[in-house]
Amino acid sequence: MSAGSGTDSGAVDPGETGSGSGPGAGSEPGADPRSGPGSTSAAVGLVLVSHSAAVATAVAELARGLAGGGDLAPILPAGGTPDGGLGTSSELISEAAKAVDRGAGVAILVDLGSAVLTVKALLAEGDELPEGSRLVDAPFVEGAVAALVTASAGGDLGAVAAAASEAYAYRKE
Amino acid sequence: MTQTFDADFLVRWLAAVAEAVDREADRLTELDSAIGDADHGANLKRGFAAVTETLAKDPPATPGAVLTAAGRQLISTVGGASGPLYGTLLRRTGKTLGDDGRVTREQLAEALDSGVTAVSQLGGAQVGDKTMLDALVPAVEGLRDSFGAARSAAEEGALATVPLRARKGRASYLGERSVGHQDPGATSSALLFAALDEIARTEASGAEGAS
Repeated sequence: MSAGSGTDSGAVDPGETGSGSGPGAGSEPGADPRSGPGSTSAAVGLVLVSHSAAVATAVAELARGLAGGGDLAPILPAGGTPDGGLGTSSELISEAAKAVDRGAGVAILVDLGSAVLTVKALLAEGDELPEGSRLVDAPFVEGAVAALVTASAGGDLGAVAAAASEAYAYRKE
Repeated sequence: MTQTFDADFLVRWLAAVAEAVDREADRLTELDSAIGDADHGANLKRGFAAVTETLAKDPPATPGAVLTAAGRQLISTVGGASGPLYGTLLRRTGKTLGDDGRVTREQLAEALDSGVTAVSQLGGAQVGDKTMLDALVPAVEGLRDSFGAARSAAEEGALATVPLRARKGRASYLGERSVGHQDPGATSSALLFAALDEIARTEASGAEGAS
């Protein structure tokens, strides 16, 4: 699933068209939107790793729903094995982490067992996850909500991880 | 003269592990169905089959590189906790071996020791927790003496998990009910060292025949 950038259909490279001498291209509207002043602080990306694809997807939806309106930080589920079974897939985790990476780091929340061990092993590997990826020690559901709210509010990776971990302190009786 | 082992020896070892895991998959799964989620046999079978395939397709030049590639493959193929655990064991062992073209048994024991330490750190387990470490730790000690000693130490270690109560992994949820069952991870770890002993014997008899 390559992310269609949407801008390349019939894209005209201003440097290539017309006669070679075109220094006036700088006056063209629509300069690279990524360099606009509004995008100076990129959001931390979030990945939810569960043994179950359904759980990871549902918790991502839940977090999006509870995080409220406005622009949300990128969050993706990486649940189950590629064939749809229960388990952990390093491939799905790497893909999701790369997809949510905006350069501000990626917070990875996990459920248990092999999910924890696989992410730790991938982090030790060095090149399977984007730079600035971090395993966050947090309860899965509560941590996901806290992390998304914090990341969407512009918190950096440390703040996102701390908010998610603090969810452990929320007692229910 | 001290015997040394090349990349091909390590490739043959892992191929022998794949065969052993394939042969014993049902037993591993049976052990795992008693105190785990009944996927250990199938998971390891898939993992080591992928390792064998990768190594056959693109054989690395050094013993260290063989183990590093195998570990990487296990982490990405297995899908259960045994993937990152065995993957970390082999990868760290491979990295410790470095770039030497041939290694001694003592070097291998030393490197495996660092691999076992990495496994212990990854899973937070120690000897006595009813995990693969109960076979791996004595096996590495045994390997300092001989391949045969490593094999028997691993097998004894695996058997010694029967009366233990699991303190790590999914079996730990069972508490007392995990007592009386042999740990599947320790059992598969013993297969690794049985295969290593087998390949070393073949190597030794081959060397004698050649000289």
